[in-house]
Amino acid sequence: MTVAKEYMEYPMRRYGMDQDFYEWSILFNRKKVQWPNGARVALWITTDLEFFPLDQPAKPFKAPGGMVTSYPDLRHFTTRDYGNRVGIQRIWRVLDKHRIKSSVAMNSMVAERYPYLVNAINARGDEIIAMGVDQGKLHYGGMDDALELAQVTESLTTLRKLSGQPIKGWMSPAKSESWNTLKYVKNAGIEYVCDWVADDMPFELTAPDGAGKLWAMPHSSEISDRKIIIDNKHSEDEFVEQIQDQFTGLYKESEKHGGRILSLSLTPYIMGLHYRIKYLDIALRWLMKQPHVWVANGTQILDAFKKQ
Amino acid sequence: MKPDLNLYDYWPYENRPKITWPGGARVAFWVAPNIEFYEINPPINPKRTPWPRPHPDVNLYSNRDYGNRVGHWRMMEVMDKYDVRGSISLSVALLDHHPEIIKACADRNWEFFSHGIYNTRYSYDMDEAQERAIMEDSINSVKKATGQRIAGWLAPALTHTERTMDLLAEYEFLYTCDLFQDDQPQPVKVNKGRLISMPYSLEINDIIVYNSYLATPRRYGQMIKDQFDQLYEEGKDTGTVMCIPLHAYAVGHPHRMAAFEEALDYITTKPGVWVATAREIAEYYYKNCYDTCAADIAARKGA
Repeated sequence: MTVAKEYMEYPMRRYGMDQDFYEWSILFNRKKVQWPNGARVALWITTDLEFFPLDQPAKPFKAPGGMVTSYPDLRHFTTRDYGNRVGIQRIWRVLDKHRIKSSVAMNSMVAERYPYLVNAINARGDEIIAMGVDQGKLHYGGMDDALELAQVTESLTTLRKLSGQPIKGWMSPAKSESWNTLKYVKNAGIEYVCDWVADDMPFELTAPDGAGKLWAMPHSSEISDRKIIIDNKHSEDEFVEQIQDQFTGLYKESEKHGGRILSLSLTPYIMGLHYRIKYLDIALRWLMKQPHVWVANGTQILDAFKKQ
Repeated sequence: MKPDLNLYDYWPYENRPKITWPGGARVAFWVAPNIEFYEINPPINPKRTPWPRPHPDVNLYSNRDYGNRVGHWRMMEVMDKYDVRGSISLSVALLDHHPEIIKACADRNWEFFSHGIYNTRYSYDMDEAQERAIMEDSINSVKKATGQRIAGWLAPALTHTERTMDLLAEYEFLYTCDLFQDDQPQPVKVNKGRLISMPYSLEINDIIVYNSYLATPRRYGQMIKDQFDQLYEEGKDTGTVMCIPLHAYAVGHPHRMAAFEEALDYITTKPGVWVATAREIAEYYYKNCYDTCAADIAARKGA
C-alpha cells in the first residue's frame, strides 16, 4: 500500500498561514484596544432569523437546523418558523427590558416573507447582517461561480431594498464559504464577515483576485444557544454559567491586554422558547450589572476598533 | 489485516512490581498540549476525509487556528503559574508556520515530540518509505529548530500502520502515546530495540470531553480531579501515570480556562506528585522499572 506522491509533499509549509486570506498574528502581541467610555468588554448580541425551505437540498451538506425527516418535514419546518413568529418577540422583549441594541443576521428570504420583522428591526434600531438568501442556498467550495454571485447579489439587493440599511456585515448560511465568497461580498460592499472564528478580536481578511480587504468579526460559535444547548445538550443554567464565565475570563484579560468582545449568538427557535427565555433574562441581567460593559452592534464595534 | 498486532502481553493490574517515582511520588503527572496545524486544503487520504465540509471549511479551519492565535497563550500562562512544563505533541510543520510558539515553548524548556507533519495528513496506507519519511522529517526538523532529539510519538490524528511501533523503536524513540491499554508505562513488543507505551488519555482529553462527551467546563474540571484521586489512591500500591492532553483550540476559550486552572491547582498542590515531562518519565522508567516489569510480564505470561 502506498499513498500518492503529492500526499508526501507540503507546498504551503512556510512561515505564517497556508492560505492568503489572512495573516498569522498572536492576539496577545497586538496593541491594546480602547473601547468608548473606558469600557473593557463590548457586548455584541446577534440573533439569527433563518428560513429553512421544506425542499432544502442535502448536498453538499445540510445547514444546522435544517430539515431532518422525509419530505414534507412539517415538524422541523414549523418549529423553525416558531422562532420567527413567537421566539423572536420574546427575545426582543428581554433585550428591550435591558435596553440592549443588537445585530440581526437575516436570510433575505425572511425579509421577503415577513416584512413585519424588517420594520420591527428598523424601529428597534438594530443592525441587519446579511445571511445569504436562505438556509438551503449554501456557499461552498466547488460551487458554480455564477450561482454564488447571484446568491450574494440577491441577498444584499433584497435586504438593502427592504430595510433601507446599508448592510455592512455578512454571515454565510451555516457559516460556510467557497474560495470566492469573500470576493463576491467585498465587491458588493460588505465590510465584515462572521464566518471565521480564529480570534477573539477583529482581524483583517484579504479577498481573492485583488478584490481588497475586509474584516473577520469574532462572531462566536462557542457562546451560542445552538452550541451549548442543542449541540452540547447543556441545561439553561449551564448556558448562563458559561456566559458568565466567558465574561469573567474576558474581563480579567482586558485589564492587561485591552478591550475584548463578548459575542453572544442567539437563535429564536432555541432561546425564544417559553421555558428557556427567562434564562436569557437572567444572563443579561447579570451581564448588565457588570462594570465596564459597552453594548454595541457589529458595525459599531468594528468602527471603534478601526479607529485605534 | 490481523486480529491483533501483538504489541504487548496481557498483564493484570494486580500484584505488579512496585513503581516508586522520584521523591517517593505515587503519581507521575504530565501535561501534553497538542500544538497542531490543520491545512485548509490538504490532499485527500483514501481512508479519511480531513474536513466535514468541502474545502475550504472556513469555520472549522479557523476554529482550529484559534488555538494558535489565542488559546495557546492562555494555556501557557496557566501552566507557567503552576510551574508545569508541557510535553508538546507537535504538528512538525508548525515549526515553519509559527516559530513564535516554538520559541516560547523552547524558552520554557518544554519537551517536543512528534504528532506527524500536519494533523490533516494521515498515516493510513503509507508504505514503509513514506512512514520513515515522516519520522525522519520529525526528528530532523525538531532537532534543527530546537536542538532537541525527539523521544516520543503520537501518530498524526492517531493514524497508524502495522509497522509504526517497529519503526519507532528502530529510530530510537523512547515512547509512544498511541496505546491506551494501561495506566502505567510498559514495554511494547518491537522487532528490534526497546519502546514503551506512555499513558496519554482519550478520556480527560479536552477534545473528547468537550466534543464527544459534550461536557460543561465544570464537569471537565471535575473529571480531571476524579481521575487524579483514583490514580493517586492506586499509586500507593504502585506508581501510576496521569496525563492531561490539551488542545488550545478547545481548552483555551475564556469560559473554559478556570476549570483547567482549578484542576492544575488541585493536582500540583498535592504531596507525592511528580510533575514531569513524558521524556523524564520514560527515562526514569527505562532506568528503574523496565527490566523488573519486563521480567514480571514474562514470568506471568499465560499464568
